[in-house]
Amino acid sequence: MFLSSLTSALLAAGAASAEVDRTRLKNLLVQDCGSCHGLTFNGGLGRPLTREALENFPVETVRDIILNGLPGTPMPPWRPLLSVPEAAAIADMLKSGEIR
Amino acid sequence: MISRRGLMAAAPLAAAPALLAAQTAAPPVRGTGDLGVIIERATGSVLIVETTGRSILKRVEGLGDLSHASISFSRDERFAYVFGRDGGLTRLDILEGRIDRRIIQGGNAIGGAISDDGRLVAVSNYEPGGVRVFDATTLELVADVPALSPAAPKSKTVGIVDVPGRAFVYTLYDAGEIWKLEMPEGAAPRLTKLTGVGKLPYDANVTSDGRHYFAGLFGEDGVVHVDLWQEPLRAERVLAGYGRGQEPLPVYKMPHFEGWGATQDKLFLPAVGRDELLVIDLATLKEIGRVKTHGQPVFAVARPDGRHLWVNFAHPKNNVVEVVDSQTLAVVKTLEPGPAVLHLEFTPRGHEAWVSVRDSDAVIVYDTRTFTEKARLPARKPSGIFFTARAHMIGK
Repeated sequence: MFLSSLTSALLAAGAASAEVDRTRLKNLLVQDCGSCHGLTFNGGLGRPLTREALENFPVETVRDIILNGLPGTPMPPWRPLLSVPEAAAIADMLKSGEIR
Repeated sequence: MISRRGLMAAAPLAAAPALLAAQTAAPPVRGTGDLGVIIERATGSVLIVETTGRSILKRVEGLGDLSHASISFSRDERFAYVFGRDGGLTRLDILEGRIDRRIIQGGNAIGGAISDDGRLVAVSNYEPGGVRVFDATTLELVADVPALSPAAPKSKTVGIVDVPGRAFVYTLYDAGEIWKLEMPEGAAPRLTKLTGVGKLPYDANVTSDGRHYFAGLFGEDGVVHVDLWQEPLRAERVLAGYGRGQEPLPVYKMPHFEGWGATQDKLFLPAVGRDELLVIDLATLKEIGRVKTHGQPVFAVARPDGRHLWVNFAHPKNNVVEVVDSQTLAVVKTLEPGPAVLHLEFTPRGHEAWVSVRDSDAVIVYDTRTFTEKARLPARKPSGIFFTARAHMIGK
């Protein structure tokens, strides 16, 4: 359904990059995720994503929420834009507190 | 910066030459009608700019988390009230280029408004929810209005606007309600609640006459309308089922009603999860058209004359701005300012549009007739742009 509206270039970029560009992902995480979750991840329309707030969520769960979204809430599925390794890298950045 | 009056008071009268020197060094007298404030969202700073020479006057730092921020202006266009994500409320003196006062009024805020008489500033909060009203001069708390409702234990509040009569209207996101808060002078605040208006109203705005309040729904296909000129107030559903049952696209950036396109007779609203603008006839409140757009619209801002609308888009299509003709509903120009166009603001009569391009660390100034770039100002991760003309607009 929604896949159709995305450019194939984007899909290719997402799927083909085995290597994860952490700098780009960090910018995405802080700037774009931060739009809803706050640049400091203390929450906004979306819930807080600080290390403490995610304490009870395994890194795989965080990764899967990023990929699949949370239906019924504004949290969108990022699968059309991010590869599985990329989502895992973002989950790791959050869980490790690499980004505040 | 030291004010001239401060220097006069400090200088002994006998020291005439010193006084003279101090006076020449004092900044020239200027107005504020061509000033504005640009949010630098990642660094908690703002730029004070002037739109006549298109230059940056000063950067002011120390405003906290501005990942989401908005601004209202005092009636005299000297003070900007900056509503920050972290609950910070900052009264910024844009003439002197410094923070006049700053408080942390809540845990997490989304926006604010100033009353028609300029005496009250209201802030809508995500955490702890509800609305707090402050004295516009001292920032002392005047009223604390929690968003208590049987429908939700506490609600984030969104879409706060001022309306005539020392009043504010806002929306309870979790509870699905719209409240009007009147703050009569010397009397107790009065609250009117419209309940069960719809599922997850995520943002709202009012037309420039203070009459039509619209809230967008995230949880269902539709828009809620309140005619604030009618007593008793009533919330009615308009544009129900505008998605026609089609599955919405994932939304990577929530659309904003703050910059909806209101022309004399029409309203242009971003459709949630769709690559289009909905066009509403303000007389009948019926949909009269749609504009197919490059991506999911975030802001659709009407040029002050209403002839054109400039539209920006959600991630990942946020490098483009489209210009829509309000009469023909055609896209007449496509601009590519650069990566992550977050916001735009017109000069008061619309001869220029200032566009913030976050990932280029720049604000680009366009001529709105020729669409050529007139200037490019360096800014750190710029987002919201707010010009002082807002001081005299209802609902800003």
